Amino acid sequence: MAVTAPSLGRSPSRITPRFKLGSLLSQEVILALALIVIVLVVGSVNARYVSERNLTSIFLGNAYIAVAAIGMSMVIISGNIDVSVGSLIGVLATLSGTLAVNGVPIWLSWVIPVFAGMLAGAVIGFFVAYLKIPSIVVTLGFLSILKGGLISITNGEWIRDLPAGFGLAQERPFGIPMPIYFMIVLTILAALWQRYSATGRAIYAVGGNKEAARLSGISEPRVLMTVFILNGFFVGIASILFATQLEIIQSAVPAGVELLIITAAVVGGVSILGGTGTVVGATLAAILLSAIGSALVFINVSPFWLRAVQGLLILVTVLADLLRRRRNQASLKG
Amino acid sequence: MTTLPETKVLDDAPSLRDRLGSALFRQEGVLILIGIIALVVLAFGSENFLTVDNLLNQTRFLAEIGLIALPMTYIIITGGIDLSVGAIVGVSAIMLGVSWQNWGLPLELAIVVCILTGVLAGFVNGLFIVRVGVPPLIMTLATLAFYRGLAEGISESRSVRGYPDWFEQLGQGNFLGLPTQLWVLIVFAIVFAIVLARTTFGRSLYAIGNNELGARFSGIPVGRNKIIIYSLSGLMAGIAAWIFVSRTTTTRSDYGSGWELDVIAAVVLGGTSIFGGTGTIIGTMLGIVLIQILKNGLALTGVTSDATIVVIGSVLILSILINNYAGSLFGALTRRLRQTQQNT
Repeated sequence: MAVTAPSLGRSPSRITPRFKLGSLLSQEVILALALIVIVLVVGSVNARYVSERNLTSIFLGNAYIAVAAIGMSMVIISGNIDVSVGSLIGVLATLSGTLAVNGVPIWLSWVIPVFAGMLAGAVIGFFVAYLKIPSIVVTLGFLSILKGGLISITNGEWIRDLPAGFGLAQERPFGIPMPIYFMIVLTILAALWQRYSATGRAIYAVGGNKEAARLSGISEPRVLMTVFILNGFFVGIASILFATQLEIIQSAVPAGVELLIITAAVVGGVSILGGTGTVVGATLAAILLSAIGSALVFINVSPFWLRAVQGLLILVTVLADLLRRRRNQASLKG
Repeated sequence: MTTLPETKVLDDAPSLRDRLGSALFRQEGVLILIGIIALVVLAFGSENFLTVDNLLNQTRFLAEIGLIALPMTYIIITGGIDLSVGAIVGVSAIMLGVSWQNWGLPLELAIVVCILTGVLAGFVNGLFIVRVGVPPLIMTLATLAFYRGLAEGISESRSVRGYPDWFEQLGQGNFLGLPTQLWVLIVFAIVFAIVLARTTFGRSLYAIGNNELGARFSGIPVGRNKIIIYSLSGLMAGIAAWIFVSRTTTTRSDYGSGWELDVIAAVVLGGTSIFGGTGTIIGTMLGIVLIQILKNGLALTGVTSDATIVVIGSVLILSILINNYAGSLFGALTRRLRQTQQNT
């Protein structure tokens, strides 16, 4: 193969970080439109799809994924990744249930796992930020430590007889399920924090161009620690929503959840090269994924194909993101 | 700037004398030492461990992971990663079972389909990584989901059984006193080692890992070589799937789940830098053996397989820490030694 002129654009570190409000908004508008189209099309094929019950379950089903995707968005924007979140959700949910069953006050059995999640985030963050080990390796290691540790301690036994009042996710203030409040409030808070606080902005800087971030006086390790601790916080909340949604806790790691969370973040417009994206898009994408999953059932596609569809979706979004970046760059040069 | 990768490449190929001199301190020496210690400790832990039968039997489990670890070493040397290998094993195994039982192909042809599926899956990874510029981590994470999804969708999570006796030879039979698949692994390991150490193609992988832009400027076909190694990764995953199906005489869509962890842990444990630029096949093979010794030894002393995963995860993180810090520590020590020699 003849070697063409080396293209600087291929190297991620050389891509100009640009925060374009217009293009980000359009990603969110596209997601919202896709959601509406799916609801209308599938609803016209099968009316039960647009029943109030099914629509609620679409919003409800992936609410904890959406909450965890907020943290994941920040991790990916900072130029890292966390594949251990699924295992962490399993561990924290089991911790919460075990505390509640053993007579710990219910509010404490909700709060302690959130702090435990932040602690786990701090440990991962320390490895990534200060010991300079790539996040994929650290979190791949943590994935197996958490997963194996959980099953060998609990033997995969289910936690039953949870105390009354433990089911936070089953509460319905004003007729709307609790997880939806969490999803909306946390998304808004995180979006505001990321847009207007100095640390929130610094995450984009670190993910977009490390060297420039360092030269502007941003401490990269400190930002990364913040990102991973925050990620632990959101995973903690997600695990409580996950733990309290049913009468039992399976004390096992829900399969493929980390991939679903990463998919939500990436489909939501968080660029896999770091530096751009918003949490609003991630939340919309989580709902979209839930809508697609539900739609497959209603148009009689075998549920066995669900994961293939999700995989294809993440591929297509990643390609679209890269092509859009390349076009932006071409317009910069030309 | 363009000379940078070349000097680095030379650093990676020290003379025989240098190599023998520092053998004890190199990753391989340390690994052999740890391996021997583990063997002794585990031999005391269980009397069934240090027997010829058990050790030979272990090589059956080791061969599949080992075959995939060979191209993974290449990939990690170039600074890439392939998380989809386990999923490729799954989809290749399913294609073997489905094309034989559901499509009525002869089993010989089904084996070809199985291996070609692996190659195609790996080629798609490489093509998108090179031509579109998708980071390998994201590309293979996405195809991990996609290929596993294909395996589930095509098979509808039904298993295939009832393979004829001759088919089981590869996974369960012996050849010249050793398990058949061990021969397969040995042959491939030698080929991969020679290609890496003694061919232009192999040396170019180090150059790509050290400085991709520099390698491009030096006229190395970076894109072509990357596509080749990701296709090789798929090829070996396909062959591993064939051996796996032959060993278990069943095909299930969850075959190979989590293998990426074992494979990457073995490669990194074997001294290949996760940042690219260094690594050897011998190191990887030692890493594979060490992980299998750990797994089997722990299982025989009554540790559950789930707790073993914890150990492998810890080994992965620890070995990278050691790679990062022991190297610089050793470098600092020798430098200080040299300085004091010069002073006296």
